[in-house]
Amino acid sequence: MPTGEIKLEESYSKLIVRKVAFILIGVGGLVVLALLASTLGTYNLGVKEVAHSVAHRVFPFAGFQSTEVIDTVMWKLRLPRIILAVLSGAGLALAGAVMQGAMRNPLVSPFTVGVSAGAAFGASIAIVLGVKFIGATGTGIIIVNAFVFGLLTVLVVASLSSRKGMKPESVILAGIATNYFFSAATSALQYIATDEQLSEVVHWTFGSLGKATWENITIVTIILLLSIVPLMKYSWDLNTMAQGDEVATSLGANVGRVRGICLTLSSLIAAVIIAFTGIIGFVGLVAPHITRMLVGTDHRFLLPASCLTGAILLLAADTIGRTIVSPIIIPVGIIVSFVGVPLFIYLLLMQRRGYWS
Amino acid sequence: MKVEVNRVCFSYGNSAVLNGVDLGVECGKVVSIVGPNGSGKSTLLKCMDKILKPQKGVILVDGKDIGRLQQKELARFLGYVPQSGNSPFPSTVFEVVLMGRRPHTNWSVSSRDKEIVSRALEEMGLEGMALRYFNELSGGEKQKVLLARALAQEPEVLLLDEPTSALDLRHQLEVMNLISSMVRKNGISAVMAIHDLNLASRYSDWIILLKKGLICAAGEPAAVLLEENIRNVYGVETIINHNSGKPHIIPVDPC
Repeated sequence: MPTGEIKLEESYSKLIVRKVAFILIGVGGLVVLALLASTLGTYNLGVKEVAHSVAHRVFPFAGFQSTEVIDTVMWKLRLPRIILAVLSGAGLALAGAVMQGAMRNPLVSPFTVGVSAGAAFGASIAIVLGVKFIGATGTGIIIVNAFVFGLLTVLVVASLSSRKGMKPESVILAGIATNYFFSAATSALQYIATDEQLSEVVHWTFGSLGKATWENITIVTIILLLSIVPLMKYSWDLNTMAQGDEVATSLGANVGRVRGICLTLSSLIAAVIIAFTGIIGFVGLVAPHITRMLVGTDHRFLLPASCLTGAILLLAADTIGRTIVSPIIIPVGIIVSFVGVPLFIYLLLMQRRGYWS
Repeated sequence: MKVEVNRVCFSYGNSAVLNGVDLGVECGKVVSIVGPNGSGKSTLLKCMDKILKPQKGVILVDGKDIGRLQQKELARFLGYVPQSGNSPFPSTVFEVVLMGRRPHTNWSVSSRDKEIVSRALEEMGLEGMALRYFNELSGGEKQKVLLARALAQEPEVLLLDEPTSALDLRHQLEVMNLISSMVRKNGISAVMAIHDLNLASRYSDWIILLKKGLICAAGEPAAVLLEENIRNVYGVETIINHNSGKPHIIPVDPC
């Protein structure tokens, strides 16, 4: 049946073309959105001014003109914020997609394994007790503490569950237990905190991009780039692991090892982002689902496409958050759920079949 | 390709499941492992595919100790077909079968991989369902998809865990026919754990009767499926009819 043969392969190849097209459209959409976001704000800029200011810095000898005020707004405030939004959205979504795949569980996000609870505890210690790691100072204390405790919880979860062979159930249960522990510890700190400290802790947990700097952008970029390569390499293993550990093993995956590495890398990404931004939930849980509805479950496409979805979602949310009742800025952690939930529910209802049916 | 199981013991914690099993699988044969629930059928299959690691004994595939083989190398020799399971994330049938190519590829999918997958789907009569979601298929269709995946894997030995247990009468026969034609056409062998003694009798070249992790009898169907063996292992009285050339078991009562 040679005709049937060609038809089957072609229809699969068409599907792949569609997935790639989705990703390219996503890239285009993100660029447009970033451009739009850079013109919006209390100091309104035109597209031309934005372009000139960027070109002025990137190609200093090309003769593009820009004023100092515009440069300051762009390079000190708007661009770092936009880029951190893109990186954080991409990183949290990537971490979520990897976690869900590695645990074979659609309800998992980097937070399930305790990253956010640990980070919140670390930040609270810094704010309430002033305890610090590695001699950091000022807001640096909060960042370093959040990061260290975020990762510490994952180490606890990983070492507990590795004694049970890294089964998805044991990872999730160990994660939930650790989560509760650190949440309780944070509550205890809030209980003894002064009003001022309490308000700072609560503000930290809202999650905001207000503290974006080129330094933290550099750090997040490095971590993301270092992690995404091995994670992409495990795409096939993650695909087979969705069919169950036994099947994945029989198809050649070293399931325990892959799960451990995925857990570690995605937690590292989440911890470094949360340390800089505070807790931004929702993206890590839902962006992968939105992406699966658009490009399917093959991790070779799901992982990069999730990065795009997360980046678009978080940038859109932050742009709305800082313009809707300007000059008041609503933290992105709050807005992102308001923006994302309707989108998610819409896609869920529009989905013809297959997804959660 | 020959698989040899030598004195394999396996236990989950303190409960021993396999107590020194010996087994040889010749090329081009269909071997059925039968026995009551908990007799170690599935466990034996999983040990053979290194999904479980036996505490004692050696398993040789083509003369090589599987304990020393990479899982990916082993996956080119042995194809495992589980009792059909769902995934929490919906994949298309084509994607599920494509996973069978995983032991042979690195990252990208070549046109040869796609060709092999298409052929496997056609051989199972699934060409019309290639882009449907696996989770939406019926039990019989799912089992065929899993067989197609094993076929795309191009193994030398198929390991099947109760391939017919969830299927209706027609699908049971279809699946068994597909398995024996896979074995004949590709010159591979198949080892399956199976509950239905009559299907085992009709389709197997060799039957292994397990009782509490030990081989109680092994041989051609007519030599193993005897009234006293079944009484001894299952505790069931049967009448065995030889009209069709193969033993046909009619259960009477638990004794």
